[in-house]
Amino acid sequence: MHRDNLERGILELRGEVVEMSGRAGGAIRESVDVLASRDATAAQRLVDADEEINAMRYDIEEKCLSLIATQQPVAGDLRALFSILEIATEIERIADYAKGIARISLAIGEKPLSHPLVTIPIAAEKVCSMLEDAMKALVAGSPDMAREVAARDAAVDLLNERIQREIMTFVMEDHRGISEAIRLDWIAHNIERAGDRIVNICERIAFTATGELRDLD
Amino acid sequence: MADTVPRLRTAGYNLYYGSFRALRDITIDIPENSITAIIGPSGCGKSTFLRSFNRMNELIPGVTVTGKVLLDGEDIFRADVVALRRKVGMVFQRPNPFPKSIFDNVSYGPRIHGTRDRGVLASIVERSLRDAALWDEVKDDQQKSALALSGGQQQRLCIARALAVEPEVILMDEPASALDPVATMRIEELMQSLKQRYTIVIVTHNMQQAARVSDFTAFMMTDGFRAGNLVEFGATKQIFTTPADSRTEDYISGRFG
Repeated sequence: MHRDNLERGILELRGEVVEMSGRAGGAIRESVDVLASRDATAAQRLVDADEEINAMRYDIEEKCLSLIATQQPVAGDLRALFSILEIATEIERIADYAKGIARISLAIGEKPLSHPLVTIPIAAEKVCSMLEDAMKALVAGSPDMAREVAARDAAVDLLNERIQREIMTFVMEDHRGISEAIRLDWIAHNIERAGDRIVNICERIAFTATGELRDLD
Repeated sequence: MADTVPRLRTAGYNLYYGSFRALRDITIDIPENSITAIIGPSGCGKSTFLRSFNRMNELIPGVTVTGKVLLDGEDIFRADVVALRRKVGMVFQRPNPFPKSIFDNVSYGPRIHGTRDRGVLASIVERSLRDAALWDEVKDDQQKSALALSGGQQQRLCIARALAVEPEVILMDEPASALDPVATMRIEELMQSLKQRYTIVIVTHNMQQAARVSDFTAFMMTDGFRAGNLVEFGATKQIFTTPADSRTEDYISGRFG
């Protein structure tokens, strides 16, 4: 039996997932940057760029289907391919959150923010570093690394609560900022959800290695 | 497998060709009304093991066995071999119909077991051909020579012939390996309907076939002394998604064999 095609195919797909995740993580970082800079052109560019990340996901899905159809993978190979498919879907959603943040930023308009932007960038940075480390766990095939990354989501959840408290305090002082506050709350929610998606990615990495499907949050 | 009843069981079973040990210490419980596939690389002893269940190996000079093989809890080596083979039927790799009519092929078993009445034989033949999903294709021409049938039809005729003596267990040794994909599919569909009433054990080289049709899978391979061992036995779903033994994973993923 020829395993070369299957092994090469899985390796290539893993590489494409890592590349896609780099794009999605970059989009999250940039989305928070444009929120601070109020640069509408950059925000629009970010919205448009999501198409390319979606295309990468379709490409990965097609290649997975073709490998399953032609190589009949089983056991560890099959788990790896299914996980790649799931992980690509989760990354695509993370990129959607970045697009969402850019859209909200556009909706706020060109005026400077009236709220201080402190905790949102911290939460975003935490999520991005989780995503990078999740990809290291994927490449290493390490369930332990994946579990360690998933555990860091608790800190993102705490930061999200802190952001909500900050926004509420600010609104109570100045009611005119309420529409911006609601939008910032949405942004915080997007970042928090991105963290949840990374936990799902970590579950798939652990599943590939162990065959056990279970919650890591 | 705690909720299934074993129909066939081996315990500490060994088989020797002269002084050469071909099967080593095989212990397995094969559940009833299910399909169990035996897979493994060439020469691992899976066909030899299959033939143990109806004592076909005794036809080979120099073969001795130790350990137990039980059918419904009874030692098969103490049973009458003709009665045993009536309960444990067999279908081979290449269809092997007798050079006789379709009717005579299917009625052969019941006749040698003493049924003479033409009407009774006719109803046995019809029931067996129906069960083997061949009736509709041959009912108007049962006196035709079995050798005039296609390969897939011949194999279903051999299954009908096995069913005619009302066995409990059907052993199949690569039953579809000489057939085209459509005929193979028909045999596989037939196996699914037969398992409602029979216990089926199949040896196959085709891993996709084992994954498609069986409920349980046994993986065998030879050890350092070239004796066939049972490496892993479990639900087919588990064997093909999360095998417990790395040798099983290596084999089913095509890393060797």
